Amino acid sequence: MSAEQDMIRIYIMGKAYEVPGGLTIMKAMEYAGYRLVRGVGCRGGFCGACATVFRRAGDYKLYADLACQATAEDEMYIAQIPSVPAERASWVLTELAPEDNPILALYPEVARCVACNTCTRACPQELEVMDYIQAALRGDIPQVAELSFDCVQCGLCAMRCPAEIVHYHVGQLARRIYGAYRAPEAGHLAARVQETARGDFDQELDKLEQMSKDELVELYRKRDVES
Amino acid sequence: MADAYPRSMRESIGRVEATRPERMEVEPQRLSLEERREVLDSFHPDYKEGGKRKLLVGPSRGEFVPHEMADLLEAYPLIDPDQVDLGQVDHEVDVLIIGGGGAGTVAALSAHEAGIPADRILITTKLRHGDSNSMMAQGGIQAADKEHDSPPIHYLDVLGGGHFGNDPQLVRALVNDAPEVIRWHEKLGVMYDKDTDGRMLTIHGGGTSRKRMHSAKDYTGLEIMRVVRDEALSRGIRCLEFCPTVELIRDDQGQVCGAVLWNLETEEYTVVRAKATVLATGGWGRLHIQGFPTSNHYGATADGLVLAYRAGAGLRDLDSVQYHPTGAAFPEQIVGLLITEKVRGMGAQPLNVDGALFVHPLEPRDVESGAFIRECSSPEQGGRGNGVVTPTGMVGIWLDTPMVDIIHGPGTFKRELSAIWRMYARFDIDPATDPVLTYPTLHYQNGGVVIDATGATAVPGLFAGGEVSGGIHGKNRLMGNSLLDFNVFGRRAGIAAAEWARQAKPGRPTLEHAANYAQELQGAGVDRERKAPSVLPEYRGERTLARMVDLI
Repeated sequence: MSAEQDMIRIYIMGKAYEVPGGLTIMKAMEYAGYRLVRGVGCRGGFCGACATVFRRAGDYKLYADLACQATAEDEMYIAQIPSVPAERASWVLTELAPEDNPILALYPEVARCVACNTCTRACPQELEVMDYIQAALRGDIPQVAELSFDCVQCGLCAMRCPAEIVHYHVGQLARRIYGAYRAPEAGHLAARVQETARGDFDQELDKLEQMSKDELVELYRKRDVES
Repeated sequence: MADAYPRSMRESIGRVEATRPERMEVEPQRLSLEERREVLDSFHPDYKEGGKRKLLVGPSRGEFVPHEMADLLEAYPLIDPDQVDLGQVDHEVDVLIIGGGGAGTVAALSAHEAGIPADRILITTKLRHGDSNSMMAQGGIQAADKEHDSPPIHYLDVLGGGHFGNDPQLVRALVNDAPEVIRWHEKLGVMYDKDTDGRMLTIHGGGTSRKRMHSAKDYTGLEIMRVVRDEALSRGIRCLEFCPTVELIRDDQGQVCGAVLWNLETEEYTVVRAKATVLATGGWGRLHIQGFPTSNHYGATADGLVLAYRAGAGLRDLDSVQYHPTGAAFPEQIVGLLITEKVRGMGAQPLNVDGALFVHPLEPRDVESGAFIRECSSPEQGGRGNGVVTPTGMVGIWLDTPMVDIIHGPGTFKRELSAIWRMYARFDIDPATDPVLTYPTLHYQNGGVVIDATGATAVPGLFAGGEVSGGIHGKNRLMGNSLLDFNVFGRRAGIAAAEWARQAKPGRPTLEHAANYAQELQGAGVDRERKAPSVLPEYRGERTLARMVDLI
């Protein structure tokens, strides 16, 4: 196959560029000559910086994905979302009681959910976004925490929602309540923190810190490895 | 659906499947210290001739660093000191934190907890708050909090992994603070993987002697970063985004007392005056040392090392680069992206083209990577020539991912390693049923700015924490100690900066150190065109770059 046959045409903010096929949207934009400042971050699907919307030729639907993960296609019309305007409600974890369910008080717009499922369809992580908003309405914090866990906070759900809900802020609130107050505490951890605070390991660490390299190597060779 | 793997790779997968039942019965052998040394000397890129050079100027003159790093350290300031009016102060704070990733955000929270009011703290960052390698860490965080484990046992693992080149005081701080860090996270609401009684689910990482790897699925870094950032927001700590630092400011006593920032979008400079400054700018993956792909964030361009070095801080262990053994090698779109070590921690084995296991799955990362490169290199290069070749000519090693579900039960991979599962599902590969192809990827900066156990650098008023600092991991970091590092040393640097700010009396601000450094460079005959920090990597197409002209 010749190099020319490999090329595809994409439209970046409406302007046509020829780029090699098989690149991610992000790499295709860079190939075309864009030096990205917005719409770029970890480049590995974790940070949510590169929320992107696009249409395909002959298809009325508006699609949403991460530019660093989705592959550019011939005749794709691409625009990135440089920033998602969305206010985080003002709340402090330590001022909440463990049994509190402040979601509706802090984000009353959750009650406006019309169950259209647009958020779920927009999610590049393929999370059940609408389901966790419905769980939030029922006050089921563990369910919101679990269903929203893989959220990269790109904001595409919030940009598409006809009820103007900011789903990812709701998920963050529920996860922190769950992690801090609902999940059982690690007893072994609390015990170990008491021991380190008391200085229980200080003597042993003093000894290690003073050891010569040879002594340390010898100790390292002899160490037992948990199977 | 068409097979995502071409026929030659599919045939090799057949051999992987054929050897699987037998491999599952045998406990893999670990290498001795001598065997580890042999692999490193012969095949790790750090030990290859010609990859590094001695620094010509500055506090660490004479030390070897990779050429890509030396090019930035031996470079002139981006901004002409004469163009900047330091008298026009835009922000005046007690504690300035440069870098909005894990270390920076933890430093801000810790300075706040140490008594600095939120409006006297300022985080500045090159891209968005949270943009960092911290966000991308997948597999876990180490802490010796189980009954049969202890900080001293953790200590020995860290030293052995780092080839005993670590700073003992820093290692001690790392292992001793670890349980407290996890407890702090628990209280902030980080959702660690636990059993129904609250007991942490922990597994091995490469080079650990106890199962002390705590995780939040394979989104551990994302979960920690989301929580600490949210906590900073709730406390009203400000973050100035899209404002990379281009120079530190020192006073006439040589103390660091702020920074000059540059707005990436409006291209104007901003002057921040501060009593104490914390450097938390992360690492260097985007320098693509020796041409390797990287698992790192777009912003990982080693800016902080350049700034600190010019201001007089020493650097250490920058001769050692961490290549993570399992970067993706197929398909082409995801080459270099990380496949967490947790996959091997859960039982997946690395295999050659014949489906044979050639190294223990959990050697320290540098040894494991060296063994991968040996297996893939041709016999002419001294290697074994047993790699799997892709249609684009990449060579790689199979990671036998289906073993995870065979060992832990159907559905485990998709549930507990959902980030990796999702990454491959986009290309019609199901890692729960087919192995995935891997090759080492540039992952971490083992060394960095010299700090003491409080996070203080040699320059008064300048503190550092996280990947930008060195000494903690010696010549090789173990899995799960970077998330721990940025929490422990971000916290220590934040507290030390708060204490410093309470008594600091900054004098007249200047950029003389930058001008002096430029003179030194000139004396050493360094090309005037070379400038740093680099701020962003250059990925634009060659055609565009060749035709670019600056007109308006």
